[in-house]
Amino acid sequence: MIDAHLPVLQVAVPLILAPACVLFRNGRAAWLVALLGSAWTLVCAGLLLAHVVQSGPWDYAIGGWPPPWGIALRIDTVNSFVLLLVATIATVVIAYAPRSVAAEIDAPQHTLFYSAYLLCLAGLSGIAATGDAFNLFVFLEISSLSSYAMIAMGQDRRALTASFQYLVMGTIGATFILIGVGLLYMMTGTLNMADLAARIPAVGETTTVRAAFAFLTVGISLKIALLPLHLWLPNAYAYAPSIVTAFLAATATKVAVYVLLRFFFTVFGASFSFTSMNLDIVLLPFSLVAIVAASLVAIFQSNVKRMLAYSSVAQIGYMTLGISLFNLTGLTATIVHLFNHALMKGALFLALGCVVYRLSSANIAQFAGLGRRMPWTMAAFVAGGLSLIGVPLTAGFISKWLLILAALENGWWPVAVLIVAASLLAVIYIWRVVEPAYFKPMPAQAVRSEAPLSLLLPTWALVAANVYFGLDTSLTADIAGLAASDLMGAPR
Amino acid sequence: MFATLNPALILIVGALLVPLLRGRARSLYMLALPLAGLVQLVLLPSGEYGHWQVFEYTLTTLRIDGLSFVFGLIFFVAAFLGVLYALHVEDTLQHVAALVYAGAALGATFAGDLITLFIFWELTAVSSVFLIWARRTERAYRSGVRYLIIQVGSGVILLAGIILHAHETGSIAFDNIGLSGLASTLIFIAFGIKCAFPLLHNWLQDAYPEATVTGTVVLSAFTTKLAVYALARGFPGTELLLYIGATMTAFPIFFAVIENDMRRVLSYSLNNQLGFMVAGIGVGTELAINGTVAHAFCHILYKALLFMSMGAVLYRVGTIKASQLGGLYKSMPLTAGFCIVGSMSISAFPLFSGFISKSLILGAVAAEQYWGVWLVLLFASAGVLDHSGIKIPFFTFFAHDSGKRCAEAPTNMLWAMGLTAFACIAIGVYPEPLYAILPYAVDYIPYTTTHVITQLQLLLFSAMAFAILYRRGVYPPEIPALNLDFDWVYRRLGRRLMAVSRTAIGGTDRAIRQALHRQGLRLLTGLFRHHGPHGILARTWPTGSMVLWVAVLLGAYLIFYYAGAR
Repeated sequence: MIDAHLPVLQVAVPLILAPACVLFRNGRAAWLVALLGSAWTLVCAGLLLAHVVQSGPWDYAIGGWPPPWGIALRIDTVNSFVLLLVATIATVVIAYAPRSVAAEIDAPQHTLFYSAYLLCLAGLSGIAATGDAFNLFVFLEISSLSSYAMIAMGQDRRALTASFQYLVMGTIGATFILIGVGLLYMMTGTLNMADLAARIPAVGETTTVRAAFAFLTVGISLKIALLPLHLWLPNAYAYAPSIVTAFLAATATKVAVYVLLRFFFTVFGASFSFTSMNLDIVLLPFSLVAIVAASLVAIFQSNVKRMLAYSSVAQIGYMTLGISLFNLTGLTATIVHLFNHALMKGALFLALGCVVYRLSSANIAQFAGLGRRMPWTMAAFVAGGLSLIGVPLTAGFISKWLLILAALENGWWPVAVLIVAASLLAVIYIWRVVEPAYFKPMPAQAVRSEAPLSLLLPTWALVAANVYFGLDTSLTADIAGLAASDLMGAPR
Repeated sequence: MFATLNPALILIVGALLVPLLRGRARSLYMLALPLAGLVQLVLLPSGEYGHWQVFEYTLTTLRIDGLSFVFGLIFFVAAFLGVLYALHVEDTLQHVAALVYAGAALGATFAGDLITLFIFWELTAVSSVFLIWARRTERAYRSGVRYLIIQVGSGVILLAGIILHAHETGSIAFDNIGLSGLASTLIFIAFGIKCAFPLLHNWLQDAYPEATVTGTVVLSAFTTKLAVYALARGFPGTELLLYIGATMTAFPIFFAVIENDMRRVLSYSLNNQLGFMVAGIGVGTELAINGTVAHAFCHILYKALLFMSMGAVLYRVGTIKASQLGGLYKSMPLTAGFCIVGSMSISAFPLFSGFISKSLILGAVAAEQYWGVWLVLLFASAGVLDHSGIKIPFFTFFAHDSGKRCAEAPTNMLWAMGLTAFACIAIGVYPEPLYAILPYAVDYIPYTTTHVITQLQLLLFSAMAFAILYRRGVYPPEIPALNLDFDWVYRRLGRRLMAVSRTAIGGTDRAIRQALHRQGLRLLTGLFRHHGPHGILARTWPTGSMVLWVAVLLGAYLIFYYAGAR
């Protein structure tokens, strides 16, 4: 019975539990609800992925209304993979939450925080699950609005301006997406993605569809923070509470990359987007500049959280680079990196959350002697950093390997060299944290003060995942390969 | 499962348990690890094991054949001797690093494919740097960072080469690669960095003397010999190697002669010895490869012995500067004796291990009629006697008496040195067991009248060269002063050579360096201006200008997409 409604339950349960959080008026109870909600999405996502891999895409009509009138959910390999990613990160992060939230967010806001968290989770899951272009915009707004609220809960007063800036930029992005969808609706008379895909080729040469394409490109680029539209991201990540940063960094931009894939591969169709609109030429320069420039900026940062935020901008460049290579390996690399980057940044930001929990600061100057003060936390940070650099036996290596192969497949030597060179930039900025932690003496009055186990366990769970997916690529590379070939061969 | 367990993993995984143990139990456990690995290696029949599927590639994590077996064997022996020599050390970090490092070198030796090779290649770099950092001085830290950058850099170049190679050939098997095209050149350069090719060699003399007393002994055994193994596997018979090897044997002699730090002298001499092996690989005949392998085998032992004896001196006296040492044979007679065994082995005296291996390489070079190279190698053999055969033991244990008195080396060090010295002599006297395990059949008899007499002539004539220098240098009023004067002549010769080259190329070199330095600084300030915290790319922008960007991009995209329509 429940089995038949998995796609909608994936989204609806956290959506319904969100107001329940507020009703409890008790941080502890609200946390339990959020934990249940996240765990539920994880179970659903696991079952959905298993189903889709076994028996192909799953079309689900909400309330039994067939697509042109009702809202359709469509689960295939691509989005079930993204759903699993979002649910996994949400569950790990919420398990980490109680102490970190207690330390960084005022007590009266705890219930609101958990409520916003569930809303954000519901929004992100909804974006991934839906088969309806307008519905996607609605879920995008749900997730965005709740994340503005969560970012604003940061203790630093600058969190408010950061959140406000994100709100303005995010709204512009969402509006552009809405305008794009509206233009498409004007030309085709449908909002269902499958119908859109079927009708766009007939009207593809009109300027209206081209304008829609332009609006969608800019709107989605804003959401994924592709350089030069990344300017909202560093502040939002740096001043948000640690746990919010970890959650958003690992999920929000990844879901936005999924939106990019969905619109340009499924709705417009790969050949229209790339052959007729030259999306690859549009994305390539921005991707390359993002990889190099954002890595360089990261090197000069003095706040580790901000440093990792810029590193995220660079990593997003890798994902769009994979798309702009426009071959199967490149697309696989994008999807694999989407997953792996969530794991590594999740692990890094959670480890950083442990540091902030003890030191109330993420400044590099505070890291002196941290290798001895918080050995397990720093070990997790180093492991996450190695994965970010792309050292073999970690997940990061798999992404880089695929990406380099994809670049070589196109015969683009300079791009392959640039990917390797940018990995060396990552070595530098990770080293800037590792060096004081292990080679500078502790401050005189400092004592060994490891983070509590409730923070360390989720962090190390993600670290372990980084190692596991570096050794066993059957889940990541194989499913991503399936998803990529689905996208490439998607019916137009 | 256990029958085909990778012997390297015994060391790597076993090392991780070392921190849990203390005292005698730890000592026994650490000694048992390399022995257990050795037994596992000997029990494994030749073949390929440990297959692992990654993407479309099958990794072969364990390959035992003639070549990898010999190197595996000597690496385990070296690991055992290294552990024994370091038993008195309390620092757990050093023990773990040394064992993981040895295990990584073994893992790379047993790698049947390039990806496995690359993984262990990088692991040797990352684990070994802790042996340098464990000295815990600022100098050692900096030296370690330089070492790490170069070693990891060689790994990155290797990876780039591997990816290209896989892309070109579709195969990742680690077999004869041969020097042709970009992919193999990159792999060749990566191997060359680790093997300390001329101009790529500086990391060796920079880092090894800075490592801890026991760390240098371990370092000297693995990294460069792993590179020799990799070259022998991937590039046998590449003629270029012949000339690289010949250069490597010759040029470090001059530096070794003028160097004051004894462990740095040994580092130069290590470089020189590697030259013989590289030249052997360059010849590439069965005899030459046998010679290279045998020389690597013997070299690991006598070079470790020399580093052990110098380490013992550093440990007891606190310095290893030739100018501050001398007369130590009175305090450390056993160490002195072992050092002399090492010196005679490296100088290839008959009945010592160097003789039976080096003559294989020289024989192979002669057999292929590379007379120029042969002469260089001969000259280098004489040079070895100068810096390693005489300089090392003479200035440390004899020469003028520095007045320093200290205890004999610790018991475990003496045992390690004693065992190694025994092995050096045993191989020299009775080389057949070593010849029997070489990759190809050996029909070579080292102890013929011609060989012995040629070698003795060579050694005696270079000793006589000393005598002449010594006579014509300064008239000897008294023995201690004599030695110093002799040292002075010795150094002046070297200095003069240096001075000639310095005036010739020094000016241009300095100009180039300064220009590069200026450019580098300019680049950095430029980078900082744009990417630093207040740079144009990193500062917080007002919301309005962000929106402006959005508008600009939208306009640009619209134009681009409309233009595409026409």
